[in-house]
Amino acid sequence: MQYSEKVMDHFMHPRNVGEITDASATGTVGNPKCGDIMKVYLQIENDMIVDAKFKTFGCGSAIATSSMATEMIKGKSLDEALSLTNKAVAEALDGLPPIKMHCSLLAEQAVKAALKEYYEERGGIPEDKKKYFDVLDEDEHSV
Amino acid sequence: MSDTKRVYLDNAATTRVRDEVLQAMLPVFQNNYGNASSIYREGQAAKKQLEESRETIARCLNADPSEIYFTSCGSESDNWALKGTALRYAKKGRHIITSAIEHHAILHTCESLAKQGYEITYLPVDEYGLVTPEQVSSAIRPDTILVTIMTANNEIGTVEPIREIAEVCRAKGVLFHTDAVQAGGVLPLDVKALQVDMLSLSGHKIYAPKGVGVLYIRKGVAIANFMDGGAQERGKRAGTENLPYIVGFARALALAVEEMEAQESRILAIRDRLIEGVLDRIPYARLNGHSELRLPGNANFSFEFIEGESLLLLLDHMGFSCSSGSACTSGSLDPSHVLLAIGLPHEIAHGSLRVSIGRDNTEEEVLSIIPALEQIVARLRDMSPLYDDFIKGKSTPYLSCDRCGKNGSF
Repeated sequence: MQYSEKVMDHFMHPRNVGEITDASATGTVGNPKCGDIMKVYLQIENDMIVDAKFKTFGCGSAIATSSMATEMIKGKSLDEALSLTNKAVAEALDGLPPIKMHCSLLAEQAVKAALKEYYEERGGIPEDKKKYFDVLDEDEHSV
Repeated sequence: MSDTKRVYLDNAATTRVRDEVLQAMLPVFQNNYGNASSIYREGQAAKKQLEESRETIARCLNADPSEIYFTSCGSESDNWALKGTALRYAKKGRHIITSAIEHHAILHTCESLAKQGYEITYLPVDEYGLVTPEQVSSAIRPDTILVTIMTANNEIGTVEPIREIAEVCRAKGVLFHTDAVQAGGVLPLDVKALQVDMLSLSGHKIYAPKGVGVLYIRKGVAIANFMDGGAQERGKRAGTENLPYIVGFARALALAVEEMEAQESRILAIRDRLIEGVLDRIPYARLNGHSELRLPGNANFSFEFIEGESLLLLLDHMGFSCSSGSACTSGSLDPSHVLLAIGLPHEIAHGSLRVSIGRDNTEEEVLSIIPALEQIVARLRDMSPLYDDFIKGKSTPYLSCDRCGKNGSF
Protein backbone atom coordinates (compact mmCIF):
# COMPACT_ATOMS: atom_id res chain seq x y z
CA MET A 1 0.00 0.00 0.00
CA GLN A 2 1.38 3.31 -1.05
CA TYR A 3 0.54 6.67 0.53
CA SER A 4 0.93 9.89 -1.47
CA GLU A 5 3.62 12.38 -0.46
CA LYS A 6 0.87 14.69 0.80
CA VAL A 7 -0.53 11.99 3.09
CA MET A 8 2.94 11.26 4.44
CA ASP A 9 3.58 14.97 4.94
CA HIS A 10 0.36 15.42 6.92
CA PHE A 11 1.07 12.24 8.87
CA MET A 12 4.67 13.15 9.72
CA HIS A 13 3.86 16.81 10.38
CA PRO A 14 0.21 16.91 11.34
CA ARG A 15 -1.34 20.40 11.46
CA ASN A 16 -3.66 21.44 14.28
CA VAL A 17 -2.92 18.61 16.70
CA GLY A 18 -4.13 19.35 20.19
CA GLU A 19 -7.23 20.54 21.93
CA ILE A 20 -9.05 23.82 22.42
CA THR A 21 -10.00 24.37 26.03
CA ASP A 22 -13.46 25.94 26.17
CA ALA A 23 -14.08 25.03 22.52
CA SER A 24 -17.37 26.21 21.03
CA ALA A 25 -18.06 22.62 20.03
CA THR A 26 -16.43 19.20 19.82
CA GLY A 27 -17.23 16.14 17.75
CA THR A 28 -16.01 12.60 18.38
CA VAL A 29 -16.54 9.79 15.86
CA GLY A 30 -15.19 6.30 15.26
CA ASN A 31 -14.70 3.32 17.47
CA PRO A 32 -11.55 2.01 19.15
CA LYS A 33 -12.61 -1.49 18.09
CA CYS A 34 -12.21 -0.53 14.45
CA GLY A 35 -8.90 1.12 15.20
CA ASP A 36 -9.83 4.75 14.65
CA ILE A 37 -11.27 7.58 16.74
CA MET A 38 -11.24 11.25 15.82
CA LYS A 39 -12.07 14.16 18.07
CA VAL A 40 -12.38 17.62 16.52
CA TYR A 41 -12.47 20.88 18.50
CA LEU A 42 -13.88 24.05 16.96
CA GLN A 43 -13.65 27.66 18.11
CA ILE A 44 -16.48 29.56 16.42
CA GLU A 45 -16.98 33.31 16.49
CA ASN A 46 -19.55 35.26 14.42
CA ASP A 47 -20.31 32.19 12.31
CA MET A 48 -16.63 31.82 11.46
CA ILE A 49 -14.35 28.92 12.45
CA VAL A 50 -11.50 30.85 13.96
CA ASP A 51 -9.65 27.75 15.15
CA ALA A 52 -9.82 23.98 14.68
CA LYS A 53 -7.82 21.27 16.41
CA PHE A 54 -7.93 17.50 16.60
CA LYS A 55 -6.83 14.40 18.46
CA THR A 56 -6.83 11.09 16.60
CA PHE A 57 -6.20 7.46 17.46
CA GLY A 58 -5.67 5.66 14.18
CA CYS A 59 -3.53 4.74 11.23
CA GLY A 60 -1.43 7.04 9.07
CA SER A 61 -4.31 8.10 6.86
CA ALA A 62 -6.62 8.72 9.83
CA ILE A 63 -4.10 11.20 11.21
CA ALA A 64 -3.44 12.75 7.77
CA THR A 65 -7.16 13.22 7.00
CA SER A 66 -7.76 14.79 10.43
CA SER A 67 -4.92 17.19 9.75
CA MET A 68 -6.17 18.06 6.27
CA ALA A 69 -9.85 18.41 7.24
CA THR A 70 -9.04 20.83 10.06
CA GLU A 71 -6.80 22.81 7.69
CA MET A 72 -9.64 23.03 5.16
CA ILE A 73 -12.19 24.52 7.57
CA LYS A 74 -9.97 26.82 9.59
CA GLY A 75 -10.79 30.48 8.88
CA LYS A 76 -13.88 29.45 6.92
CA SER A 77 -17.53 30.34 7.50
CA LEU A 78 -19.92 27.77 8.95
CA ASP A 79 -21.59 27.42 5.55
CA GLU A 80 -18.26 26.69 3.92
CA ALA A 81 -17.39 24.17 6.61
CA LEU A 82 -20.76 22.48 6.12
CA SER A 83 -19.98 21.85 2.47
CA LEU A 84 -16.79 19.94 3.33
CA THR A 85 -16.90 16.45 1.82
CA ASN A 86 -14.81 13.37 2.39
CA LYS A 87 -14.02 13.34 -1.32
CA ALA A 88 -12.58 16.84 -1.11
CA VAL A 89 -10.41 15.82 1.86
CA ALA A 90 -9.11 12.78 -0.02
CA GLU A 91 -8.46 14.84 -3.15
CA ALA A 92 -6.60 17.50 -1.19
CA LEU A 93 -4.29 14.69 -0.02
CA ASP A 94 -3.71 13.55 -3.65
CA GLY A 95 -5.88 10.52 -3.04
CA LEU A 96 -6.02 7.67 -0.52
CA PRO A 97 -5.65 3.92 -1.07
CA PRO A 98 -9.18 2.44 -1.60
CA ILE A 99 -9.13 0.59 1.73
CA LYS A 100 -8.39 3.91 3.49
CA MET A 101 -11.24 5.94 2.01
CA HIS A 102 -13.24 5.42 5.20
CA CYS A 103 -10.68 7.58 7.01
CA SER A 104 -11.68 10.61 4.95
CA LEU A 105 -15.34 9.95 5.70
CA LEU A 106 -14.47 9.77 9.38
CA ALA A 107 -12.76 13.17 9.12
CA GLU A 108 -15.85 14.69 7.48
CA GLN A 109 -18.06 13.09 10.12
CA ALA A 110 -15.90 14.45 12.96
CA VAL A 111 -16.24 18.00 11.62
CA LYS A 112 -19.99 17.55 11.06
CA ALA A 113 -20.46 16.08 14.54
CA ALA A 114 -18.85 19.18 16.06
CA LEU A 115 -21.01 21.49 13.93
CA LYS A 116 -24.10 19.52 14.93
CA GLU A 117 -23.26 20.01 18.58
CA TYR A 118 -22.76 23.73 17.91
CA TYR A 119 -26.17 24.13 16.30
CA GLU A 120 -27.99 21.93 18.78
CA GLU A 121 -26.73 24.00 21.70
CA ARG A 122 -28.11 27.04 19.91
CA GLY A 123 -31.69 26.00 19.23
CA GLY A 124 -31.21 23.16 16.74
CA ILE A 125 -30.00 22.60 13.21
CA PRO A 126 -31.64 25.03 10.75
CA GLU A 127 -33.99 23.16 8.38
CA ASP A 128 -32.03 24.14 5.24
CA LYS A 129 -28.78 22.79 6.73
CA LYS A 130 -30.06 19.39 7.84
CA LYS A 131 -29.00 17.69 4.60
CA TYR A 132 -25.34 18.32 5.44
CA PHE A 133 -25.65 16.05 8.45
CA ASP A 134 -26.98 12.96 6.66
CA VAL A 135 -23.36 11.82 6.46
CA LEU A 136 -23.36 11.16 10.20
CA ASP A 137 -25.68 8.21 9.62
CA GLU A 138 -23.36 6.57 7.12
CA ASP A 139 -21.31 3.61 8.19
CA GLU A 140 -17.70 4.64 7.78
CA HIS A 141 -16.81 1.16 6.60
CA SER A 142 -19.33 1.21 3.77
CA VAL A 143 -17.09 3.62 1.87
CA MET B 1 15.21 9.21 4.95
CA SER B 2 17.47 7.30 2.56
CA ASP B 3 20.45 8.34 4.70
CA THR B 4 19.05 6.69 7.83
CA LYS B 5 20.80 3.46 8.75
CA ARG B 6 18.32 0.63 8.33
CA VAL B 7 17.71 -1.89 11.09
CA TYR B 8 15.81 -4.88 9.72
CA LEU B 9 13.75 -6.44 12.51
CA ASP B 10 11.21 -8.40 10.49
CA ASN B 11 13.04 -11.70 10.12
CA ALA B 12 9.82 -13.63 10.69
CA ALA B 13 8.48 -12.07 7.47
CA THR B 14 11.52 -12.95 5.41
CA THR B 15 15.30 -13.10 5.67
CA ARG B 16 18.29 -11.95 3.69
CA VAL B 17 19.93 -14.77 1.71
CA ARG B 18 23.19 -15.55 3.48
CA ASP B 19 26.50 -15.50 1.64
CA GLU B 20 27.25 -19.22 1.93
CA VAL B 21 23.80 -19.99 0.48
CA LEU B 22 24.22 -17.62 -2.44
CA GLN B 23 27.69 -19.00 -3.13
CA ALA B 24 26.30 -22.53 -3.15
CA MET B 25 23.53 -21.51 -5.54
CA LEU B 26 25.36 -19.37 -8.07
CA PRO B 27 27.35 -22.08 -9.88
CA VAL B 28 24.22 -24.20 -10.28
CA PHE B 29 22.54 -21.69 -12.60
CA GLN B 30 25.22 -22.00 -15.28
CA ASN B 31 27.32 -25.04 -14.47
CA ASN B 32 24.66 -27.52 -13.41
CA TYR B 33 21.68 -26.41 -15.44
CA GLY B 34 20.60 -29.81 -16.73
CA ASN B 35 17.11 -31.18 -16.28
CA ALA B 36 17.29 -33.79 -13.54
CA SER B 37 14.94 -36.00 -15.55
CA SER B 38 17.32 -36.19 -18.56
CA ILE B 39 19.41 -39.28 -19.15
CA TYR B 40 22.60 -37.64 -20.46
CA ARG B 41 25.49 -36.31 -18.42
CA GLU B 42 24.09 -32.82 -17.59
CA GLY B 43 20.81 -34.35 -16.48
CA GLN B 44 22.54 -36.90 -14.29
CA ALA B 45 24.78 -34.24 -12.74
CA ALA B 46 21.66 -32.24 -11.86
CA LYS B 47 19.98 -35.37 -10.51
CA LYS B 48 23.01 -36.08 -8.33
CA GLN B 49 23.01 -32.61 -6.76
CA LEU B 50 19.23 -32.76 -6.33
CA GLU B 51 19.48 -36.04 -4.42
CA GLU B 52 22.41 -34.80 -2.34
CA SER B 53 20.30 -31.80 -1.32
CA ARG B 54 17.44 -34.10 -0.43
CA GLU B 55 19.78 -36.21 1.70
CA THR B 56 21.11 -33.14 3.51
CA ILE B 57 17.60 -31.98 4.38
CA ALA B 58 16.57 -35.50 5.42
CA ARG B 59 19.57 -35.65 7.77
CA CYS B 60 18.60 -32.31 9.33
CA LEU B 61 15.09 -33.62 10.06
CA ASN B 62 16.08 -37.21 10.92
CA ALA B 63 13.97 -38.33 7.97
CA ASP B 64 14.57 -40.65 5.04
CA PRO B 65 15.43 -38.83 1.78
CA SER B 66 12.40 -40.47 0.13
CA GLU B 67 10.20 -38.58 2.60
CA ILE B 68 11.37 -35.11 1.46
CA TYR B 69 9.35 -33.38 -1.27
CA PHE B 70 10.34 -30.05 -2.79
CA THR B 71 7.65 -27.40 -3.32
CA SER B 72 7.61 -23.74 -4.33
CA CYS B 73 6.99 -22.31 -0.84
CA GLY B 74 5.66 -22.96 2.65
CA SER B 75 2.14 -22.07 1.57
CA GLU B 76 2.25 -24.71 -1.15
CA SER B 77 3.45 -27.29 1.38
CA ASP B 78 0.54 -26.42 3.67
CA ASN B 79 -1.98 -26.46 0.81
CA TRP B 80 -0.71 -29.80 -0.41
CA ALA B 81 -0.78 -31.44 3.03
CA LEU B 82 -4.35 -30.33 3.69
CA LYS B 83 -5.93 -30.66 0.26
CA GLY B 84 -3.98 -33.82 -0.52
CA THR B 85 -5.20 -35.47 2.68
CA ALA B 86 -8.76 -34.21 2.22
CA LEU B 87 -8.99 -35.54 -1.30
CA ARG B 88 -7.39 -38.87 -0.51
CA TYR B 89 -9.49 -39.62 2.58
CA ALA B 90 -12.82 -38.03 1.60
CA LYS B 91 -14.50 -41.47 1.76
CA LYS B 92 -13.17 -42.13 5.25
CA GLY B 93 -14.25 -38.80 6.69
CA ARG B 94 -14.47 -35.08 6.15
CA HIS B 95 -13.48 -33.64 9.50
CA ILE B 96 -10.27 -31.63 10.00
CA ILE B 97 -8.97 -30.13 13.26
CA THR B 98 -6.79 -27.03 13.40
CA SER B 99 -6.21 -24.08 15.72
CA ALA B 100 -7.52 -20.52 15.72
CA ILE B 101 -4.01 -19.05 15.40
CA GLU B 102 -2.68 -20.83 12.31
CA HIS B 103 -1.10 -18.99 9.40
CA HIS B 104 -3.47 -17.98 6.59
CA ALA B 105 -1.92 -20.70 4.40
CA ILE B 106 -3.68 -23.15 6.74
CA LEU B 107 -6.78 -21.14 7.71
CA HIS B 108 -7.71 -20.07 4.18
CA THR B 109 -7.09 -23.59 2.89
CA CYS B 110 -9.46 -24.85 5.59
CA GLU B 111 -12.06 -22.28 4.54
CA SER B 112 -11.71 -23.45 0.97
CA LEU B 113 -12.19 -27.07 2.08
CA ALA B 114 -15.19 -26.07 4.19
CA LYS B 115 -16.84 -24.73 1.03
CA GLN B 116 -16.28 -28.14 -0.52
CA GLY B 117 -18.15 -29.90 2.25
CA TYR B 118 -15.43 -30.56 4.82
CA GLU B 119 -16.05 -29.72 8.44
CA ILE B 120 -13.35 -27.79 10.25
CA THR B 121 -12.88 -27.54 14.03
CA TYR B 122 -10.88 -24.48 15.06
CA LEU B 123 -9.46 -25.13 18.52
CA PRO B 124 -9.30 -22.03 20.72
CA VAL B 125 -6.02 -21.19 22.45
CA ASP B 126 -5.27 -19.93 25.96
CA GLU B 127 -4.02 -16.42 26.76
CA TYR B 128 -0.48 -17.42 25.71
CA GLY B 129 -1.55 -18.97 22.42
CA LEU B 130 -1.20 -22.59 23.53
CA VAL B 131 -3.19 -25.57 22.28
CA THR B 132 -3.26 -28.61 24.57
CA PRO B 133 -3.08 -32.30 23.57
CA GLU B 134 -6.25 -32.80 25.65
CA GLN B 135 -8.13 -30.33 23.46
CA VAL B 136 -7.02 -32.20 20.36
CA SER B 137 -7.91 -35.54 21.92
CA SER B 138 -11.46 -34.54 22.76
CA ALA B 139 -12.02 -32.93 19.35
CA ILE B 140 -11.07 -36.09 17.42
CA ARG B 141 -14.11 -37.94 16.01
CA PRO B 142 -14.49 -41.15 14.01
CA ASP B 143 -14.61 -39.07 10.81
CA THR B 144 -11.55 -36.95 11.61
CA ILE B 145 -8.96 -37.38 8.86
CA LEU B 146 -6.34 -34.77 9.80
CA VAL B 147 -5.09 -32.62 12.64
CA THR B 148 -2.90 -29.64 11.70
CA ILE B 149 -1.31 -27.48 14.40
CA MET B 150 1.62 -25.16 13.82
CA THR B 151 4.98 -25.80 15.49
CA ALA B 152 5.45 -22.14 16.40
CA ASN B 153 3.28 -19.11 15.80
CA ASN B 154 4.49 -16.45 13.37
CA GLU B 155 3.08 -13.47 15.27
CA ILE B 156 3.51 -14.13 18.97
CA GLY B 157 6.17 -16.86 18.69
CA THR B 158 4.39 -19.38 20.94
CA VAL B 159 5.84 -22.89 20.59
CA GLU B 160 3.12 -25.55 20.63
CA PRO B 161 3.42 -29.00 22.32
CA ILE B 162 3.72 -30.71 18.95
CA ARG B 163 5.18 -34.01 20.16
CA GLU B 164 2.38 -34.52 22.68
CA ILE B 165 -0.28 -33.58 20.15
CA ALA B 166 1.26 -35.92 17.56
CA GLU B 167 1.22 -38.73 20.14
CA VAL B 168 -2.52 -38.25 20.70
CA CYS B 169 -3.14 -38.30 16.95
CA ARG B 170 -1.07 -41.43 16.40
CA ALA B 171 -2.80 -43.23 19.24
CA LYS B 172 -6.16 -42.43 17.67
CA GLY B 173 -5.04 -43.24 14.13
CA VAL B 174 -5.44 -39.72 12.75
CA LEU B 175 -2.85 -38.08 10.51
CA PHE B 176 -0.97 -35.11 11.95
CA HIS B 177 0.55 -32.24 9.99
CA THR B 178 2.51 -29.30 11.38
CA ASP B 179 3.37 -25.99 9.75
CA ALA B 180 6.95 -25.61 10.97
CA VAL B 181 7.78 -22.64 8.74
CA GLN B 182 8.70 -20.37 11.67
CA ALA B 183 10.50 -23.13 13.56
CA GLY B 184 12.70 -24.32 10.68
CA GLY B 185 16.39 -23.88 11.47
CA VAL B 186 15.48 -22.38 14.85
CA LEU B 187 14.13 -25.30 16.88
CA PRO B 188 15.34 -28.91 16.66
CA LEU B 189 12.96 -30.72 14.30
CA ASP B 190 13.35 -34.49 14.54
CA VAL B 191 10.36 -35.93 12.70
CA LYS B 192 10.78 -39.36 14.32
CA ALA B 193 10.94 -37.99 17.86
CA LEU B 194 8.07 -35.60 17.12
CA GLN B 195 6.02 -38.41 15.49
CA VAL B 196 4.61 -36.07 12.87
CA ASP B 197 3.20 -37.43 9.61
CA MET B 198 3.73 -34.26 7.58
CA LEU B 199 5.73 -31.09 8.16
CA SER B 200 6.03 -27.88 6.11
CA LEU B 201 9.13 -25.71 5.76
CA SER B 202 9.95 -22.59 3.79
CA GLY B 203 13.30 -21.47 2.36
CA HIS B 204 13.11 -17.71 2.74
CA LYS B 205 12.60 -17.86 6.51
CA ILE B 206 15.96 -19.61 6.93
CA TYR B 207 18.24 -17.36 4.82
CA ALA B 208 17.56 -19.22 1.56
CA PRO B 209 15.65 -17.47 -1.24
CA LYS B 210 11.91 -17.06 -1.71
CA GLY B 211 10.35 -19.62 -4.02
CA VAL B 212 11.35 -22.92 -2.44
CA GLY B 213 9.72 -25.02 0.25
CA VAL B 214 9.66 -28.56 1.57
CA LEU B 215 6.93 -30.92 2.60
CA TYR B 216 8.00 -33.92 4.66
CA ILE B 217 5.59 -36.82 4.16
CA ARG B 218 6.24 -39.85 6.33
CA LYS B 219 6.77 -43.10 4.47
CA GLY B 220 3.49 -44.99 4.32
CA VAL B 221 1.33 -41.86 4.35
CA ALA B 222 -0.47 -41.55 1.04
CA ILE B 223 -1.97 -38.20 0.06
CA ALA B 224 -3.30 -37.05 -3.30
CA ASN B 225 -0.91 -35.41 -5.78
CA PHE B 226 -0.70 -31.67 -5.72
CA MET B 227 0.48 -30.96 -9.23
CA ASP B 228 -0.02 -33.39 -12.07
CA GLY B 229 2.45 -33.72 -14.91
CA GLY B 230 5.90 -35.29 -15.03
CA ALA B 231 7.30 -37.89 -12.66
CA GLN B 232 9.26 -35.48 -10.49
CA GLU B 233 9.17 -35.86 -6.71
CA ARG B 234 8.17 -39.53 -6.87
CA GLY B 235 5.35 -38.64 -9.22
CA LYS B 236 3.54 -36.61 -6.56
CA ARG B 237 4.55 -33.07 -7.39
CA ALA B 238 5.20 -32.42 -11.06
CA GLY B 239 7.36 -29.60 -12.41
CA THR B 240 11.06 -29.49 -13.26
CA GLU B 241 12.97 -29.19 -10.00
CA ASN B 242 14.24 -25.70 -9.14
CA LEU B 243 17.74 -26.99 -8.51
CA PRO B 244 19.59 -23.75 -7.63
CA TYR B 245 16.97 -22.92 -4.99
CA ILE B 246 16.86 -26.47 -3.69
CA VAL B 247 20.64 -26.42 -3.30
CA GLY B 248 20.28 -23.09 -1.48
CA PHE B 249 17.60 -24.50 0.81
CA ALA B 250 19.72 -27.53 1.73
CA ARG B 251 22.78 -25.39 2.45
CA ALA B 252 20.72 -22.92 4.52
CA LEU B 253 19.08 -25.63 6.62
CA ALA B 254 22.36 -27.48 7.21
CA LEU B 255 24.05 -24.25 8.36
CA ALA B 256 21.10 -23.31 10.57
CA VAL B 257 21.11 -26.71 12.27
CA GLU B 258 24.89 -26.54 12.75
CA GLU B 259 24.68 -23.06 14.31
CA MET B 260 21.38 -23.54 16.12
CA GLU B 261 22.63 -23.61 19.70
CA ALA B 262 25.03 -20.70 19.32
CA GLN B 263 22.49 -18.53 17.54
CA GLU B 264 19.74 -19.42 19.97
CA SER B 265 21.67 -18.33 23.03
CA ARG B 266 22.92 -15.14 21.35
CA ILE B 267 19.51 -14.09 19.98
CA LEU B 268 17.66 -15.10 23.14
CA ALA B 269 19.89 -12.86 25.27
CA ILE B 270 19.28 -9.87 22.97
CA ARG B 271 15.56 -10.58 22.81
CA ASP B 272 15.22 -10.73 26.59
CA ARG B 273 17.08 -7.44 27.01
CA LEU B 274 14.78 -5.89 24.43
CA ILE B 275 11.64 -7.10 26.23
CA GLU B 276 12.94 -5.92 29.57
CA GLY B 277 13.89 -2.51 28.16
CA VAL B 278 10.59 -1.93 26.40
CA LEU B 279 8.41 -2.94 29.35
CA ASP B 280 10.59 -0.96 31.72
CA ARG B 281 10.65 2.25 29.69
CA ILE B 282 7.16 2.33 28.18
CA PRO B 283 4.12 2.38 30.46
CA TYR B 284 0.85 0.65 29.52
CA ALA B 285 2.62 -1.93 27.40
CA ARG B 286 2.54 -5.70 27.49
CA LEU B 287 4.34 -8.66 25.98
CA ASN B 288 2.03 -10.90 23.96
CA GLY B 289 2.68 -14.64 23.90
CA HIS B 290 4.42 -16.97 26.33
CA SER B 291 7.40 -15.96 28.47
CA GLU B 292 9.28 -19.24 27.93
CA LEU B 293 7.58 -21.36 25.27
CA ARG B 294 8.52 -18.86 22.61
CA LEU B 295 10.72 -18.61 19.50
CA PRO B 296 14.06 -17.07 20.51
CA GLY B 297 13.91 -14.18 18.03
CA ASN B 298 10.30 -13.14 18.63
CA ALA B 299 8.98 -10.26 20.72
CA ASN B 300 5.41 -9.03 20.34
CA PHE B 301 4.17 -6.02 22.25
CA SER B 302 0.90 -4.13 22.66
CA PHE B 303 0.93 -0.43 23.46
CA GLU B 304 -2.33 0.93 24.76
CA PHE B 305 -3.95 4.09 23.29
CA ILE B 306 -2.12 3.95 19.95
CA GLU B 307 -2.57 2.22 16.62
CA GLY B 308 -0.04 -0.08 14.96
CA GLU B 309 0.21 1.28 11.45
CA SER B 310 1.12 4.77 12.68
CA LEU B 311 3.73 3.12 14.86
CA LEU B 312 5.22 1.20 11.92
CA LEU B 313 5.33 4.28 9.68
CA LEU B 314 7.17 6.31 12.31
CA LEU B 315 9.54 3.42 13.05
CA ASP B 316 10.22 3.09 9.33
CA HIS B 317 11.01 6.78 9.19
CA MET B 318 13.57 6.29 11.96
CA GLY B 319 15.13 3.34 10.14
CA PHE B 320 13.41 0.33 11.72
CA SER B 321 11.49 -2.36 9.81
CA CYS B 322 8.96 -4.24 11.93
CA SER B 323 5.42 -5.52 11.57
CA SER B 324 2.12 -5.12 13.38
CA GLY B 325 -1.10 -7.00 13.91
CA SER B 326 -3.19 -3.89 13.36
CA ALA B 327 -6.09 -3.99 10.91
CA CYS B 328 -4.57 -1.24 8.85
CA THR B 329 -1.54 -3.35 8.05
CA SER B 330 -3.49 -6.50 7.29
CA GLY B 331 -5.64 -5.08 4.52
CA SER B 332 -8.82 -5.89 6.43
CA LEU B 333 -10.76 -4.09 9.12
CA ASP B 334 -10.08 -6.59 11.85
CA PRO B 335 -6.86 -6.76 13.79
CA SER B 336 -4.80 -9.94 13.85
CA HIS B 337 -6.79 -13.14 14.41
CA VAL B 338 -3.94 -14.37 16.61
CA LEU B 339 -4.11 -11.43 19.02
CA LEU B 340 -7.90 -11.69 19.20
CA ALA B 341 -7.62 -15.46 19.81
CA ILE B 342 -5.40 -14.92 22.87
CA GLY B 343 -8.14 -12.69 24.25
CA LEU B 344 -6.90 -9.17 23.56
CA PRO B 345 -9.68 -6.66 23.01
CA HIS B 346 -9.72 -5.07 19.53
CA GLU B 347 -8.33 -1.72 20.65
CA ILE B 348 -5.28 -3.35 22.29
CA ALA B 349 -4.71 -5.69 19.34
CA HIS B 350 -4.66 -2.65 17.01
CA GLY B 351 -1.67 -1.25 18.88
CA SER B 352 0.64 -4.22 18.52
CA LEU B 353 4.20 -4.52 17.30
CA ARG B 354 6.22 -7.58 16.28
CA VAL B 355 9.99 -7.44 16.42
CA SER B 356 11.70 -10.53 14.98
CA ILE B 357 15.44 -10.78 15.47
CA GLY B 358 17.67 -12.74 13.09
CA ARG B 359 21.26 -13.84 12.70
CA ASP B 360 22.36 -10.58 11.03
CA ASN B 361 21.16 -8.34 13.88
CA THR B 362 23.61 -6.99 16.44
CA GLU B 363 22.64 -6.38 20.05
CA GLU B 364 23.36 -2.69 19.70
CA GLU B 365 21.05 -2.15 16.75
CA VAL B 366 18.21 -4.21 18.25
CA LEU B 367 18.34 -2.31 21.53
CA SER B 368 18.48 1.02 19.70
CA ILE B 369 14.78 0.52 18.93
CA ILE B 370 13.94 1.06 22.63
CA PRO B 371 14.53 4.85 22.77
CA ALA B 372 12.96 5.19 19.31
CA LEU B 373 9.86 3.37 20.51
CA GLU B 374 9.70 5.41 23.67
CA GLN B 375 9.71 8.60 21.61
CA ILE B 376 7.18 7.37 19.03
CA VAL B 377 4.72 5.92 21.53
CA ALA B 378 4.80 9.19 23.51
CA ARG B 379 4.23 11.19 20.33
CA LEU B 380 1.25 9.08 19.22
CA ARG B 381 -0.25 9.06 22.70
CA ASP B 382 0.03 12.82 22.74
CA MET B 383 -2.37 13.01 19.82
CA SER B 384 -4.60 10.14 20.95
CA PRO B 385 -8.07 11.01 22.27
CA LEU B 386 -8.03 7.69 24.16
CA TYR B 387 -4.92 8.70 26.07
CA ASP B 388 -6.46 12.10 26.67
CA ASP B 389 -9.53 10.50 28.27
CA PHE B 390 -7.31 8.35 30.45
CA ILE B 391 -5.10 11.28 31.56
CA LYS B 392 -8.20 13.28 32.46
CA GLY B 393 -9.53 10.37 34.50
CA LYS B 394 -12.41 9.62 32.14
CA SER B 395 -11.28 6.05 31.50
CA THR B 396 -9.22 3.29 33.11
CA PRO B 397 -6.41 1.67 31.22
CA TYR B 398 -6.67 -1.93 30.17
CA LEU B 399 -2.97 -2.63 30.57
CA SER B 400 -1.00 -1.95 33.71
CA CYS B 401 1.98 0.30 34.08
CA ASP B 402 5.00 -1.49 35.58
CA ARG B 403 6.76 1.76 36.31
CA CYS B 404 4.12 3.76 38.10
CA GLY B 405 2.36 0.76 39.59
CA LYS B 406 -1.06 1.74 38.23
CA ASN B 407 -2.98 -1.36 37.45
CA GLY B 408 -5.06 -2.04 34.44
CA SER B 409 -7.62 -4.76 34.19
CA PHE B 410 -5.38 -7.27 32.43
